[in-house]
Amino acid sequence: MSLLRLQNLTKKFGGLTAVDDVSFDTYQGEIVGLIGPNGAGKTTVFNLITGNYKPNSGDIVFDGRSIAGMPTHTIVSLGIARTFQTIRLFQQLSVLENALAGCHCRMHSGIFGGMFHTPAQKREEREALELAMAELTFLGLDKQADLAANSLSYGNQRLLEIARALTTKPRLLILDEPAGGMNEQETAALVQLIRKIRERGITVLLIEHDMGLVMEVCEKLVVIEYGIKIAEGAPAEIKENPRVIEAYLGTQDDE
Amino acid sequence: MIGRIPKRFFVYGVLTALLVSAPLHLNNYWLDVLNNVGLYVILGLSLNLIVGHSGLFNLGHAAFYAMGAYTAAILNTLFHIPILMLIPASALTAGIFALIIVRPIIHLRGDYLCIVTIGVGEIVRIALINDIFGITGGANGIFGISRPILFGMKISKPDEFFWLIWIFVAITVFLFYRLEQSRFGRALNYLREDEVAAEGSGINTAYYKLAAFVLGAAWAGMAGTIYAAKMMTIAPESFNFWESVLMFTLIIMGGSGSIPGVILGAFLIIGLPELFREFKDARMLVFGIAMVAMMIFRTGGILPPRPRKYPIDHAQEGSVNP
Amino acid sequence: MEFFFQQLTNGLAVGGIYALIALGYTMVYGVLKLINFAHGDLFTMGAYLGLTVLASLGLHQHLGAFGGVVVLALMIMGLVGVVGILLDRAAYKPLRESPRLSAVVSALGASIFFQNALMLVYGARYQYYPKDILPKTVINILGMPVPLMRILILAVSILMMAGLQFFIQKTKTGTAIRAAAIDQAAARLMGINVDRVIMLVFFIGPALGGAAGLMVGLYYGQINFTMGWVYGLKAFTAAIMGGIGNIPGAMLGGILLGLIEAFGAAYISLAWKDAIAFLVLIVILIVRPTGLLGERVASKV
Repeated sequence: MSLLRLQNLTKKFGGLTAVDDVSFDTYQGEIVGLIGPNGAGKTTVFNLITGNYKPNSGDIVFDGRSIAGMPTHTIVSLGIARTFQTIRLFQQLSVLENALAGCHCRMHSGIFGGMFHTPAQKREEREALELAMAELTFLGLDKQADLAANSLSYGNQRLLEIARALTTKPRLLILDEPAGGMNEQETAALVQLIRKIRERGITVLLIEHDMGLVMEVCEKLVVIEYGIKIAEGAPAEIKENPRVIEAYLGTQDDE
Repeated sequence: MIGRIPKRFFVYGVLTALLVSAPLHLNNYWLDVLNNVGLYVILGLSLNLIVGHSGLFNLGHAAFYAMGAYTAAILNTLFHIPILMLIPASALTAGIFALIIVRPIIHLRGDYLCIVTIGVGEIVRIALINDIFGITGGANGIFGISRPILFGMKISKPDEFFWLIWIFVAITVFLFYRLEQSRFGRALNYLREDEVAAEGSGINTAYYKLAAFVLGAAWAGMAGTIYAAKMMTIAPESFNFWESVLMFTLIIMGGSGSIPGVILGAFLIIGLPELFREFKDARMLVFGIAMVAMMIFRTGGILPPRPRKYPIDHAQEGSVNP
Repeated sequence: MEFFFQQLTNGLAVGGIYALIALGYTMVYGVLKLINFAHGDLFTMGAYLGLTVLASLGLHQHLGAFGGVVVLALMIMGLVGVVGILLDRAAYKPLRESPRLSAVVSALGASIFFQNALMLVYGARYQYYPKDILPKTVINILGMPVPLMRILILAVSILMMAGLQFFIQKTKTGTAIRAAAIDQAAARLMGINVDRVIMLVFFIGPALGGAAGLMVGLYYGQINFTMGWVYGLKAFTAAIMGGIGNIPGAMLGGILLGLIEAFGAAYISLAWKDAIAFLVLIVILIVRPTGLLGERVASKV
């Protein structure tokens, strides 16, 4: 059974059909790339999966359960975490607190626990802190834990977004242009990182414009253009697919 | 770190000692000013949850304050229930009121929320003036509220209220400080920094917005009870837009999201006009200029919040971030 | 029927005044995303300056009733507009890069300052406009008597709004204002002098507000230093109702609010007039979170 199944997903904004009848499956343990020219509707697909938008029709099934129309935070707690194309960190807060944000949905204490620091609350805080530090260490950000998020370099801010997603203990991680703004070394490290994430049993779905990275790291690619899926398959097949070549050459400008 | 106590704690200690000894060397007039400051500290801290921590634009906090004060006043004058025993009832009424009115508007963006909160404040005030349900006493308000009795002792003089109010302040500071250092407090801050990212990190932003409002309102309601007990008479004009502006201003001036900032803000906002007494009629004029000048010269407030500290192990890195 | 008609014309006249003030809020908000809480007090200032100029120059005696009022209005608009620019320079310009809540407190401070400055200069009691400036003509429309004053107020408001709309939509400067409202940084890169746009907006908005103050003085005959707060709040409500930052929205919101109040006061309850206005606002915002004509922005992710 697939971990994530998109079934005939359609999303319209006014008269524009941003995502048009898109279906594909993502299986447990895969690294899947969603590619396509600028404005093809890739981020809209992600926003549909994570509940930022509600689909006009079609279904999204995660682990056998329909999640279409659920609020974003519920989807996160079910095991889908994401990063954002334009970095959306809590800029004024520390790196550690950004990582702790992801722990939130696995914790339980509320106003009472917070006011009285009950034993359960203390234990939970300690565990969250350990998890957040562990993920920061995993991404090599542990030494910057006390810094404000906005003081990190661009590449490190992207990593911190991944750390924040990982602390939600996801089964599926959705990365929206993780290599955006990264230099070559950082991108190379990112390839290793994505593989390490998969080794931890986390399925990865990503959008990326860096074709080198996509071809190297993904096992399956889904190509969309004007909101329509035009191809799906292994990187080698996709490279030879005439429709994909046409789509890219026809609209390629600054990529 | 350990063994070195930051200098500011000595400052806090000295200031607390000065405050605690205030009844010994201040006359009744200044003690009463100090009591007002205390009330505004409580109100400021309650609004700080909404404005400072969660970044929600609320210029109608006086409505919740009024709900608490009127709940206590009505129940006390009609059924002669001791006023301090009505604190939970006031908190509950103000909290439920906030829940009912804020729920449908919680999705509004900042400035739209601002005008709606102003509107709610005005609606409440007008409803009180119009003697809604025949229980609010109209424009004259309610009088004959009985003095609070604590452990068999009647509280009536300024120095007695001093202890009642400032002990309440101390409890509030303690609980709110703990709340800041918790999952709940962090969630409010995530909300303030970036709502979309907070939701995307698994935080139920609608719930936390509502929770901030309800908790803030409930606390303001409790402050309302104390106000009613202190004044023995309450009227709608004590809860007008100007009150909401004062609470809002003291937070932003003192330091939005910072407990010491809010306390300092309350001293300034309530204390400054007292010091400007010699300007007589021009007092409020100077006050207006001071508000503008303070914002220009201390944009983030006088005591902005300090980053939270977490017990993480820095041993292997050797150096701690300064 | 006549009663209904009276409420209608009264509502339209008051709505026109609200709309003029609302334009000041909405223009400043459109460009700076700032709620100018002192705007209501600039409106009051217009009313007081009108009285002063009227008393000291006696324009209506030299230029006739209508000529005098037109010249008076232009002078007041110029004066209040300049005060608007000064207000921006002193209280808002230093805070352009600051957190938005700081600018709000500065605006509230400026409002307190203006209100108390007016009180110190003119005193706390009501001031009265001379009664004989404009003729108290009542004309017949479809057999219903309507005071000429109401028609004039509505006509002048609509004329000013139409002029503003033409200026914003059809002139080069108007295009620059719209561009700066959409994206200041991009407008700067396109060679638009954004600082000049802001200055202009802080002239036009208060000028219209000042004109509205003068109208209130002429219509009701009495003015007070605190009236800016009520009118300002109503106009701000109108701007939000229509969709803040949207100029036709401010006009629609203003007229609508004037009508709601007039009919609410007449048919529901005078004492609850203000509450009804806010209640309608809240209901509108629940149904349309960005106002009647506001853009429906899907939160960008």
